Amino acid sequence: MENPIVKAENYNGYFGDNHVVKDVNISIKKHEVIAVMGPSGCGKTTFLRGINRMHELIPGGTSKGKILLDGQNVFDMNVIYVRYKIGMVFQRPNPFPNLSIYENVVAGYMLNGIKMSKADKDVIVERSLTSAALWNEVKDSLHKKGTFLSGGQQQRLCIARAIAMQPELILFDEPTSALDPISTSSVENLFHELKSNYTLIIVTHNMQQAARVSDKTAFFYMGELVEFDDTKKMFTAPADQRTQNYITGRFS
Amino acid sequence: MYTKTLNFVENKRLELSDSQLKWEIFFKRLLIVMSAILVLVIIGVLVTLIQKSMPSIKSLGIGFLWGKVWDPVQNIYGAYPFLIGTLLTSFTALIISIPFSYAIAIYLGEYNQKGWLSDLLKNAIELIAAVPSIIYGFWGIFVLVPIVRSLEIKLGVAPFGVGICTSSLVLAVMIIPYSASLGITLIRMVPSPLKEGAYALGATRFEVIRNVVLPFTRTGLFAGVLLSLGRALGETMAVTMLIGNTSAIGNSFKEIFFGPSNTMASVIANEFNEADHDLYVSALIELGLVLFFVTVVVNLIGKRVISKASKN
Repeated sequence: MENPIVKAENYNGYFGDNHVVKDVNISIKKHEVIAVMGPSGCGKTTFLRGINRMHELIPGGTSKGKILLDGQNVFDMNVIYVRYKIGMVFQRPNPFPNLSIYENVVAGYMLNGIKMSKADKDVIVERSLTSAALWNEVKDSLHKKGTFLSGGQQQRLCIARAIAMQPELILFDEPTSALDPISTSSVENLFHELKSNYTLIIVTHNMQQAARVSDKTAFFYMGELVEFDDTKKMFTAPADQRTQNYITGRFS
Repeated sequence: MYTKTLNFVENKRLELSDSQLKWEIFFKRLLIVMSAILVLVIIGVLVTLIQKSMPSIKSLGIGFLWGKVWDPVQNIYGAYPFLIGTLLTSFTALIISIPFSYAIAIYLGEYNQKGWLSDLLKNAIELIAAVPSIIYGFWGIFVLVPIVRSLEIKLGVAPFGVGICTSSLVLAVMIIPYSASLGITLIRMVPSPLKEGAYALGATRFEVIRNVVLPFTRTGLFAGVLLSLGRALGETMAVTMLIGNTSAIGNSFKEIFFGPSNTMASVIANEFNEADHDLYVSALIELGLVLFFVTVVVNLIGKRVISKASKN
């Protein structure tokens, strides 16, 4: 069997004394799209932020257990390097308001103090925007501020910004919950295209979205990983009663 | 495809991350050291004060604090009149200033947030803080003293003109900007969805201010008041010019409030140059130490109040 790109071993996440993620074990293969769903406060976002060690940025946020990225425990790795390798897209589009579209795409390199020629930057910008299905819409206004774009375009710009760093894995924290339906579908279509090059983990509130975009789905409830299986199976014949209750809308 | 440089960058990433992390650790240490230096300076000031006031502490004991007589010629030193002078001027000034600073903060923070009038007023208020205190001293002598004197004649107390009342008035003017400008900033930061929620329920502007804006900014506004109080406690020059510089303390509140007096800061400013023997100098330094502690205690109480209030 192929080695997993991400493997959590007894991962636990805390906010102070509050135990929000409990003993999660999960193994994610390359080029899979994983949806993580569950009711509010079930620990799915904390788990996601544990993977690239963003969780520990929150005061009181601590982690126990292991998360292996290509077989290496992220908690033993250089945290900067971990975040190089793992891209992240947030709930609200957050392009840097003081930077142009072009600068936003190469922001990862600028922030890390990596100097590049104009030609290299041009290559990265075009490639990343093309992968994010945004190139055709913005190629004539690359030097306008990123905040002039619509919500969906801004979110795709943020995806381009993450892709530009050539990550192995991209985390999405409810990436469409702040977007209108048209923007949402433009971002969802993008997931299908990104799949061939990247591994995606998408936290979502929206069950239909999980069903539409993912290969596999993880269901979190009260901090536990209840079930992790092929999305089709999960939505037709879930193994656990709690999953059944959730997808049939008995609690939310 | 990626060019050579990019592949190079790609291969260098781990190395680069390590150097980034090293710099991060260095930067954090630098910040800690810089902050620690400031703490050391404050501790140094405190140590010097204690050291220099040791002779006075040894020979006068704790009774220094409530001794009512200050007579350097007889070598009798009591801090009580100055403690009263400092606390009375500061709190009176605070009470006078609060309605003004709250009104200004509400007006410029909520009613008139933009435009030339708003800018003009805001700059004028900030200018008040920038005027050197000796100028307030002059203004107090030429304007406030005659006014207070005629008031005193009407009230039937000795018409000195100078004293705690006059000092408090000028102090009040001086400390308004501290709480007002913080208040303006805070009130402007109240999220508009919160205010709109109340407007949509039919609240008037006054009701929104009373029930939404003020509760939201309560602790911050109080912090501004504390900032003002800290300034009032230590203010020296203007007070020294207006307080009358008498070390004796009156018998009734009326006498104390309208009569000439001294604060801890003003007596140090007035007498330090004339202090001709060691115990005298040391007693003045001990006054400075007491002032230091009064300021610290007032601040600590204020912080406690703020943290209690923000928990509710």
